[in-house]
Amino acid sequence: MNASATGTAPASSPSVTAAPHVESGNRGLLLFLGFVALMAVAPFVGGYPVFLMKVLCFALFACAFNLLIGYVGLLSFGHAMFFGMSAYVSAHVVKVLGWNPEFGILAGAAVAAVLGLVVGLIAIRRQGIYFAMVTLALSQMVFFFCLQAPFTGGEDGIQSVPRRALFGLIDTKNDLTMFYVVLAIFVIGFAIIYRTIHSPFGQVLKAIRENEPRAISLGYQVDRYKLVAFVLSATLAGVAGGTKSLVFQLASLTDVAWQMSGEVVLMTLVGGMGTVFGPVVGAAVIIGMQNYLSGLGEWVLVVQGAIFVLTVMLFRRGIVGEIAARLVRKA
Amino acid sequence: MFELLGIPPQAFFGQLLLGLINGAFYALLSLGLAVIFGLLNVINFTHGAQYMMGAFGAWMLLNWFGIPFWVSLVVVPLLVGAFGVVLERVFLKHLYHLDHLYGLLLTFGLALIIEGLYRQQFGSSGQPFVNPIPGGTNLGFMFLPHYRAFIVVFSLVVCLATWYMIERTKLGSYLRAATERPDLVQAFGINVPRMITLTYGFGVALAALAGVLAAPAYQVSPLMGSNLIIIVFAVVVIGGMGSIMGSILTGFGLGIIEGLTKVFYPEASSIVIFVIMVIVLMIKPAGLFGKQK
Repeated sequence: MNASATGTAPASSPSVTAAPHVESGNRGLLLFLGFVALMAVAPFVGGYPVFLMKVLCFALFACAFNLLIGYVGLLSFGHAMFFGMSAYVSAHVVKVLGWNPEFGILAGAAVAAVLGLVVGLIAIRRQGIYFAMVTLALSQMVFFFCLQAPFTGGEDGIQSVPRRALFGLIDTKNDLTMFYVVLAIFVIGFAIIYRTIHSPFGQVLKAIRENEPRAISLGYQVDRYKLVAFVLSATLAGVAGGTKSLVFQLASLTDVAWQMSGEVVLMTLVGGMGTVFGPVVGAAVIIGMQNYLSGLGEWVLVVQGAIFVLTVMLFRRGIVGEIAARLVRKA
Repeated sequence: MFELLGIPPQAFFGQLLLGLINGAFYALLSLGLAVIFGLLNVINFTHGAQYMMGAFGAWMLLNWFGIPFWVSLVVVPLLVGAFGVVLERVFLKHLYHLDHLYGLLLTFGLALIIEGLYRQQFGSSGQPFVNPIPGGTNLGFMFLPHYRAFIVVFSLVVCLATWYMIERTKLGSYLRAATERPDLVQAFGINVPRMITLTYGFGVALAALAGVLAAPAYQVSPLMGSNLIIIVFAVVVIGGMGSIMGSILTGFGLGIIEGLTKVFYPEASSIVIFVIMVIVLMIKPAGLFGKQK
């Protein structure tokens, strides 16, 4: 009923993600396995583990975000709230309560899931641009909460979170060991998203993205599907945030600020919205760019804005989306 | 009565006035957003940056060229509005046939560029701005600084003039018609693309005007826009973008509520507008003045 009650885009307007569906087949899976293999050997061929871990955390974050924009057509402009909130919770339970990292990440993900449920219930009442504005406003509310709440450490954040032994057995103080832990977490998260997209549930999500009124008329309870997708996306964003806080031993206001929401949008846009593998490429590009330009201060912001503008104006399908489209044209 | 609540009247009316001033800025900015969205179907994320450009425009003209505030109040909105026209011609007009979200993403990118450039130039700290109408009047129950009174009155006049122009003049009727059916209006021989361009320029000029007004009241800082724009988005969601008068009323009303929250429960003052947004979404998802399409 919401679709007719609120100012939604007409059903005929072109979809956000006009990406061709070639990549969703076996090719995407092969690409992914190739990527994992490449990542697994990367530290031995000059890859810097801390940088690679950052890429993996943000790749998972972007994949979680892409589940919404790419497969349900919902642009959340507040995903930092799940990422950042989970980072705080994981850091807190590991540092102050002395939990093991696996429980730390699970606790963060659980809080992100509950937050996702609450935010989803509110935000799904509006579509399109309003959905983006509502999620942005709610994430700003979470930001102010984190600024004032006693356990977050205010401007300082939660610093020097200890790297405890995983399952009480595996020592994660070594960056290389931690890297493989993060890689495993990323693979699990990606597999969940991949399975979701290719399940009957995922097909319904795509139907909602393409034509919501028709999905409603076919008898699907659209809002319930959207809510489940939203909670799943929030939870995985939480896993990414919790992992990130344990890797960098830091949870801070940066993780929960609106700029972070903007960054994950940018990563997904650059890589290709609605492509399985695009967000991973986008995260690698943007994190690499930030690393490369880190000495240039505010110019990073300008460059990010310029990439936004260039991508929207010139190659809306993103890197992976454009490549896939070229391949289709040849075939 | 105020003594009973443990709040001195000075503080109460002082916060009420601050709330009204914030409300004036919310109203001016959400008005511009609503006018732009009505015709372009674009949520102008650059609005905050253009507000900041207005404030810095006045600051630069005063400190670099010695041009007084009152000249800036007219010149700066025109300059920033012209900049908006360029943005519309170069970027936005190519996106109208796409999903509305691309307009949001593009203007977000533009906002990052503008904010980054200003931060590179001026740093993140605020620049002071000389108050053009110093002094104030003691009203007995409170002290009324003249410039603050001017902000409230002037922005109210601008808002009502905009309302009058859109709802009561011939030009406004073209605009409203083009919002509903651009193809028909075009068929009647009205240059709709030019109208879209000028409308965007007008909305941007309103944001810049708010920025110039804000310069003496707050510190002029590159961050002033992005902090404000998210609250204004919440204001827009609460009001719904269907009605001009609705935007004005919601803007002022929420400013006052925020001000009163600072008196009675200061901890919640930064989030009260977001809380109200949640409540409104629960009860009336289309917004208080939103049209049920």
